[in-house]
Formats: sequence, structure tokens, C-alpha cells
Amino acid sequence: MEHITKRFGRATVLDGVSLDLHAGEVHALLGENGAGKSTLLKILAGVHTDHGGSIFLDGRLVRPRSPAHAGALGIAVIHQELSLLPALSIAENLFVERPLGRLGWIDRRRERASAARILGEVGLELDPDMLVEGLSLPERQLVEVARALGRGARVLIMDEPTSALAGPAIDRLFELVSGLRARGVAVVYVSHRMEEIERIADRLTVLRDGRVVGSARVGEVPLDQVVAWMLGPRSLAAEELPRPAPAREERLSVEAFSVDSVAFERPLVDRVSFVVFAGEIVGLFGLSDAGAGELLLGLSGALGARARAKEVRISSVPVRMGSPREARALGVAFVPADRKSMGLVPGMTAEHNGTLVTLPSLSPLGLLRPARERRAALGMAADVGLRPEALAMDAATLSGGNQQKVVLGKWLLDEPRLLLCDEPTRGVDVGAKAEIHAKLRALAARGAAVLVAGSDAREIAALADRVLVLRRGRIAAEVARAEATPAALLALAMGHDEGRA
Amino acid sequence: MSDKSLSPDVPAARSAGKTSAWHRSSLARALFSLALVLTLGVMFPAEGAFFRLGTHQGAWRQASVVGILACGLLPVILAGGIDLSVGSVLGLSAVVAAKLSIHAGEPGWLSVLLVLVMGAVCGAASGSVVAFARVQPFVATLAMMVFARGLAKMASGGTKVATAVPGPDGVLRYVEVPPLFRALDAPVLGGRVAAVTLVFLAIAAIVGFLCARHRLGRYLYAVGGNEEAARLSGVPVRATKILAYVICGVCAAVAGICQAAQEQQGDPEAGVSYELTAIAMVVIGGTSLKGGRGGMGLTLLGVLTIGYLDKILSINAVPEASRLMLTGAIVIVAAVAQKNS
Repeated sequence: MEHITKRFGRATVLDGVSLDLHAGEVHALLGENGAGKSTLLKILAGVHTDHGGSIFLDGRLVRPRSPAHAGALGIAVIHQELSLLPALSIAENLFVERPLGRLGWIDRRRERASAARILGEVGLELDPDMLVEGLSLPERQLVEVARALGRGARVLIMDEPTSALAGPAIDRLFELVSGLRARGVAVVYVSHRMEEIERIADRLTVLRDGRVVGSARVGEVPLDQVVAWMLGPRSLAAEELPRPAPAREERLSVEAFSVDSVAFERPLVDRVSFVVFAGEIVGLFGLSDAGAGELLLGLSGALGARARAKEVRISSVPVRMGSPREARALGVAFVPADRKSMGLVPGMTAEHNGTLVTLPSLSPLGLLRPARERRAALGMAADVGLRPEALAMDAATLSGGNQQKVVLGKWLLDEPRLLLCDEPTRGVDVGAKAEIHAKLRALAARGAAVLVAGSDAREIAALADRVLVLRRGRIAAEVARAEATPAALLALAMGHDEGRA
Repeated sequence: MSDKSLSPDVPAARSAGKTSAWHRSSLARALFSLALVLTLGVMFPAEGAFFRLGTHQGAWRQASVVGILACGLLPVILAGGIDLSVGSVLGLSAVVAAKLSIHAGEPGWLSVLLVLVMGAVCGAASGSVVAFARVQPFVATLAMMVFARGLAKMASGGTKVATAVPGPDGVLRYVEVPPLFRALDAPVLGGRVAAVTLVFLAIAAIVGFLCARHRLGRYLYAVGGNEEAARLSGVPVRATKILAYVICGVCAAVAGICQAAQEQQGDPEAGVSYELTAIAMVVIGGTSLKGGRGGMGLTLLGVLTIGYLDKILSINAVPEASRLMLTGAIVIVAAVAQKNS
């Protein structure tokens, strides 16, 4: 492998990134959300084709035009969301793009024999005729690797492959990666877990804001340096804001809270216990699969029976929150991370989105009162800093920042006692970000408890009075405001796992 | 940010939600479809028949029964569902209404009440299967469609329930057409409008009011637009869905009574394939089958478009085969036009 350079035009999601991948080497790629990792990998995999720069494969200039073309060139991706077809057999999945046979007639015997051979190479002793839906998650992942190898992949991109796995399966995966390395495959390994990177990777490269900010051999840089690369020089110190000490009045108490996973081998949140006091902003910091967002989702009642706890108390009263409606009745508000799919109703105006939560009190006897609703919506707009004219617009056409203001605003109208806010400012411009932060602080100052989950270390450090750092569904550390610098949080989130489940 | 320092006194755009760009363009397209069909009538007036009042009265009258079904379908479709059973529930209602008022001689109000309750039960059954068992609306209401048709045939004994009532000796006796049926079939307002047309307009007004001015209506749009966001906002998603199907079932029952009144009998085969015409009416109006977008105004335009198209083709003596083909083609053209909005 030689020299890979890519540029995006004016959008500069990637700004002149160069990356060398060597045969027989595992290259770890790190970076915060939005650093450009996935864009870079999508270019390599032929998903994005409108990029500048050039890609050389074995010294030859190539340009992946489509995922299929990238595959033919020998570049394969193992996605976080596995891309196998569950209703087909292993053999059929392995050859789904190019079935073996002639003139469109599939030679099943040949496929089965080839499949068995390829499965052997990845150490999977499975019948090729088994349906994929009957396989465990780690087995599926190995089948996916087998499929890539079956197509002669020489560059293998693995995007957080251990997210879903429990201990033994991780060991098995690492054995496989070592085997690939020995066979001369170049592996791109996206992860944020230093323990894994130290175990498996030869080199690491850190991206930030679309640039390569650091690259080194694994073991030659300390974790602190990697963290500093990821965060950049801007804000290694916590933003200092005087905050009144919260009253020690317990608002939320959670004991042994777990969220089961549909797809993962391990629970997404694993017997977590903590307390949030009134007037306090508590940050839940965790990277991608740490479970911070799932913890909030579970508390909001959105996951129903998948969320279990020994006990959840609100203001010292044991409660059950089996649905968002029940949670709302207890004064709990939930602002989801994904406002497009979970926060807003497209096609409905910002005004109607804004009054959706409090509509029962705005429509006595079920009859809508447009004037009353307008007043409430205008109050909300003024509260969160939304232009009143924006209220008449389809919520889907608003900017990310204004959409987030609507989602936050509809819950502020409900005057929650506990606000659960997942990634409060993802994809939001700087100005709106500051306004939303101010709003959350004001809410806490009025006596509400605020629980903010996120993977942006700077945001959590700036916002929270206290931070719980999560790793693989468990609370790995509790950090007081004074110690909660972005670097400290990130180092804790990336640090070694003490004893895996 | 330019969003700052704004006071709540600034008047917002007057009628938020009513005049969104989408709604305006949809309305324009629906009006265009109707205008196109009416132009067809002007171009082919069938020796002046198109310009006679009776033709228009007939067009409205004939569109009324299916129009009532379309009104009932609107809330279901707004909530992102579909109800294929309306034609069968219409047939069942026609049979039961005829049984009650012709054979059993029940008073009109009681017959109507019982039939409406039955329609509501059918809707509640479909809605519950959709909301609780999470069966796809298409499948759940397909099952109801078959079931209700079977029930209609069982209740009627497989024959039309007419004013010729077989006695115990097997001899047919003729009984009076019940007052309920006569009233519904009579022309009103000086003979210019059929009573069923008034029923249709009343149903349209009630359902339209529910959709536009009642909390349930807002919830229908919310559930159809983004069910997950609605659920997370505390919207009672299941109840909303079930109520939508109940409204639809009640409308189908009303349509069934009207159909029985017009035919002066309860035909267990009544309403076959009406569900498709009714869905076409809603869709031609511009209400999205994906849910969350549309409204009663658009649906009325859709009802009139199909109603007039049918009438214009029939006064020009276009044979039924060509009529069906032409209707199919025009539905596609209108649907494609709406889709590109």
C-alpha cells in the first residue's frame, strides 16, 4: 500500500488528509465525532466519490466509484451495523454479489465448498448452509470478515468491531486480526479504546476537524498525548463559570439500572447506580458505545421493558417509568440525540411541534385553541431564542440549531423537574450551542435536575457540575467539576477496562 | 446569532400550519386535477347534458356514498395507516340496516344507532390489532375486509335483504320501504340535492373539524408524521390509532345505511372494491399515504374529481371497460403530480 491522500472541496470535511496503510499492518484511526473518520473511510470504500486528492493502491492510482468497485479493488468494510442478509444462508451471503456459476445459474455445490474453505480461514466451524439469522453476533461478524476475504480484500476497514462483543469474542476477533496481518492484509481499525489499540494496532493516526493531527507507532505515544491530539489546543482547561452549589435535595436516584440490547451480546447499560440532586447538571460522558445515550433513553421510558432497574426514585419516591407518557406525568422530559428521527414531526410547523407535549393543557375538552397555542409557542420561542417567524415554518426545514431549540423548547413549556438531554448540541452551530447551554443552566438554576449525556468532552466539561464517565455500559469514574477537564474525561473514557464482563 | 433579542409581541405569520408551502402547492394541484376533469366535461358535454343541473346533482349523489368512505379513511391515512375493510363494512352495514328496519321493523333511530356501533366495533377491532399486535395496517384490515364480507353474507343468508320478505310458507310478501330509507333517498332543499349528499357533507364537516380543530386531529398528524417523536412527546399513540380506525368504521357504517337506502335493500355484495375508489379519492386530493400530510379540503376535491370524472364518462356513454381504464390512467397522472410536490 502506498500513500492515500484525499481532499473535500469547499466543504472541507477532510482537509488534505494523508494516510499510509502498509501491508501486514494494523492502523488505528482515532478522532472525536465529526473529526472526519467516517468520511475518510467512506471515500476509501467508494461511498463518497466527489472528493479531491488521490488514492494509490500498490502504487497504482485508483478511484473507488462505488462500494462494489471498491470491493473489486480489494477494499472491504466491516460495518458497525452488519450488512449480512439474515434470511439467506452463510454460503449465499458470501457470494451474494457475485454468485458462483454460469449464465446466472448458481452452482450451489461449488458455493458451499468455497464457503467452507473461507470459513475455515477465519476459524469458523459452521455449516455453510446455516441461515445467518441463526448465528450469534460475533459469528456474524466473522462471517462478514470471511466475506471480505472471499472477495480477496487486501484493505480491510473495521469500524469499532468490538462494540457489540463480550470478552471471549473480542479475543477471538483479535486472533483473527493478527492472522490477517500475517497474511499481508492492511487493516484500518477504528476505535477509541486504548486497551484494544495497544493490543492489536501497529500504528495510530488521530484526525481532528478533518486534518491529521498526529500519527505514531503504538506504544511510542502516551495516552495523554493522544487525548491532546484529539481535543486540540483550544480548550484543555474547563470553561470556568461560577455556579451555585446545588442543594442536596435528591431528585433522581437510580439503582442497578440496566438496558438490554436487541443486537449486542452484552447489555448496553449494565447495573448502573447514581443520584442526581435538584439544581444540578450531571454529565454522562461516554464514547460511541459506552451506553450514555441508552441510559437516558431507558430512563425516559422509551425502551419499555428493555430497561430494568432495582429501583428508580424521583424525589425519594419509588416510581415506574414504563413509557414516555408515564415519565412525563412524573415531570421527566427527554430531549433525544437524533432530532430528525425522534425529536420532530416533519410536515408539522415549528409551532405545532413546540406545543405537542403540552397540548392537553392547551386544548381543554380536546378543542384546539389557536390563540392560546400561539401564545404558548411565542413564549417558547422567546425562551429558547427562536425567531417568531420560524414558528410558522415546517419544522423539517429549520436549521439544526433551530430544530434543537424547538425540541428543547417543547419540553421547557412542560416545566420538567428532571430533564434528560442526549447530545444537546450535536450538529448545532456555535451561537445556538451557547444559547442551549445557557438554557440548560437556567433550568438547573430554577431547581430542576438536568442529566446531560454526550460524547463531546468539551461540552460535558463546560456544562456539568459533576460527570459520570461511562465505559461499555458501566460507570468507570465519577469526576467532580474541578477535575472535569476535557482531557481528563477523554482519558478516562478511553482508558483500560478493569475486568471485562 | 440573529435570533436574539426578540420579544414575543412580534406577530407571527398569521395562520401557522394552514398555509405551509406544502399545503398551498397541494391545494393548487388538487384544484388543477378537478379543473382538468371539469374542462373535460365542458369539452364533451354530451349534447348539453353536462350543463344541466340534474347531471351535477347526480354526480354529487353518486359520489356521496364513496365520499363518506373517503372521509372516514382520511384520519386513518393521516395517521400513517390504511383501511381496506371499508367496502366490506359498508356491505355488512347495509345488510344489517336492512334487516333491522325492513325485516325486524325497528325504528329508524335504533337501526342507525346499532349499525353505527357495529361499524365502530369493526374499526376498534382493526385498530387494536394494528396498535397492540403491531400487525401492518394493510394486513390487519385485509383480514377485516374478508371477515366482514363473510359476516355480511351470513347475516343476509347469502341473498339480498329486500322489501320482499319470505314468509314461513315460503311465499314472498312485500312490505313497505321503511321511513328511514325513504328519508335518506329523498331529494331535499327543493329537490335540488339528494339527502345522502347532505349526509356526506355533514360527515365531511365533522371529520374535517376533528382533524383540523381537535386535539385528536393534531395527534393524527403527529403519529403519521413521526410516530417515534410523537410517542416520546407523550402522545397516546395507540389510542390515537384506534380512534382513527373507529372513525373510519363509523363512516363505513353511515355509508352502508345510505347505500341500503338508495337501493332499498341490503345487498351483501354492496361496496365491493369501494375501498379502492375511496383511497384513490383521498390520494388524488394530495393526502400522503405515508401519513402526516393532507386534510379534509384536499379530500373533498379528490372526491369531486373522481365523482365528476365518472359522471362525465358515463353521460358520454363511454363503455365501462374504457371508463375503468381511463379512470386508472387519470388516478396515476394525478398521483404522480401530487408526489412531486
